Amino acid sequence: MIPEVSIQSLALSRGGRQLFSRLILKLGAGEAVALTGRNGAGKTSLLRAIAGLIAPDEGVIAFGGVEPAEAREAMHLLGHLDGLKSSRTARDELSFWTGFAGGAADAPEAAAARLDLLPLLDLEVRRLSAGQRRRLALARLLAAPRPLWLLDEPLSPLDSEWRGRFGQIMGEHLSSGGMILAAVHDPLPLAARTVEIGR
Amino acid sequence: MSRVRALLARETALAWGKGGGPMVAVGFYAGVATLLPLAVGSEPERLAAIAPGAAWVALALAALLSLDRLFERDYEDGSLDLLTLSPVPLEIICAVKCLAQWLATGLPLALAAPVAAIALGASPQLSGLVIACALLGGLAFSFMGGIGAALSLGARRGGLLTAVIVLPLFVPPVIFGGGALASLDSGLPWKAGFALLGAYTAAAVALGPLAMAAACRNALS
Repeated sequence: MIPEVSIQSLALSRGGRQLFSRLILKLGAGEAVALTGRNGAGKTSLLRAIAGLIAPDEGVIAFGGVEPAEAREAMHLLGHLDGLKSSRTARDELSFWTGFAGGAADAPEAAAARLDLLPLLDLEVRRLSAGQRRRLALARLLAAPRPLWLLDEPLSPLDSEWRGRFGQIMGEHLSSGGMILAAVHDPLPLAARTVEIGR
Repeated sequence: MSRVRALLARETALAWGKGGGPMVAVGFYAGVATLLPLAVGSEPERLAAIAPGAAWVALALAALLSLDRLFERDYEDGSLDLLTLSPVPLEIICAVKCLAQWLATGLPLALAAPVAAIALGASPQLSGLVIACALLGGLAFSFMGGIGAALSLGARRGGLLTAVIVLPLFVPPVIFGGGALASLDSGLPWKAGFALLGAYTAAAVALGPLAMAAACRNALS
């Protein structure tokens, strides 16, 4: 469990180009932050840096006293690369990722029911539409509870009904003490602080 | 532990499944073993002399064939990102992937190896050592090959790059294994070559994952 995320004077660069510098961001329990900014501003890179995949040029990403290696087990990263194998069934993939993220054995079923995926579970992932596939990736967040959700354009393939329902799911995550950091172009379907990257 | 077991099951299923896996590797192996007599001439004496070595080289090439997608798919579809967000160290994840690769291709190839060797005219009493060498050597091919596959992550035409990186690493096991087989064939002591092959395999299994994990981290960042 990580109590907070606190980013101090962070600078990130990709491919020799500095994306942003002196970024300050604080995220506490029950809070959601929407990261905005033009394409290529560094929203995805910021999420990947928090997940420990990219080393920052300077600055500190702290998790309220929890070691970064330990903190990574308390976060979900969801991007357009969803790690779902198209040749395997939705059920296999959901239960593998749930188990790997430390979820309970019966959690995938419940999460799939919540996201209306039950009739689709026996299909190969390649048969799913983009929106269904995104819902399968989101089911992972519910099946293995972790406090920090790092979401990269979570809404883009979802229709308006599912955007609303995912808004509810995020609301429940926040009210149970979770944290959400989401890179978005459209506003999140719930009240969130907005931080603009790359200015 | 249950995470590692689940990962091994998934990786083996993926390596075994569509678009690769044992049938393709064994088919390629059979193809190379068939081409050889066509190229060097079919006189039984000449073929019998080179049969164990030829079967062994074909094995190395077949092992190479299945390497290029070892990390590439996971890198492209984001699985590698997600696998790092778990308490399982990346070194173990890399080792599990290589082990799954070996289970899905190295094991079937090892079973096919004596068939190919005998078909080329090797004496049947070599079969036991051919299987043992192929099992051990296949493990070394997987773990050393994994280093090349991880280093070429993100490169265009990574498969070709993998082959260029990996083939020099395949030299010692090919020498040791081929040497053991040739020695047994001509009645000389073969245990030294086999022991060296085992030592090389042990080193590959122990050190390979460290290099693979470092290369994967580099590719992800």
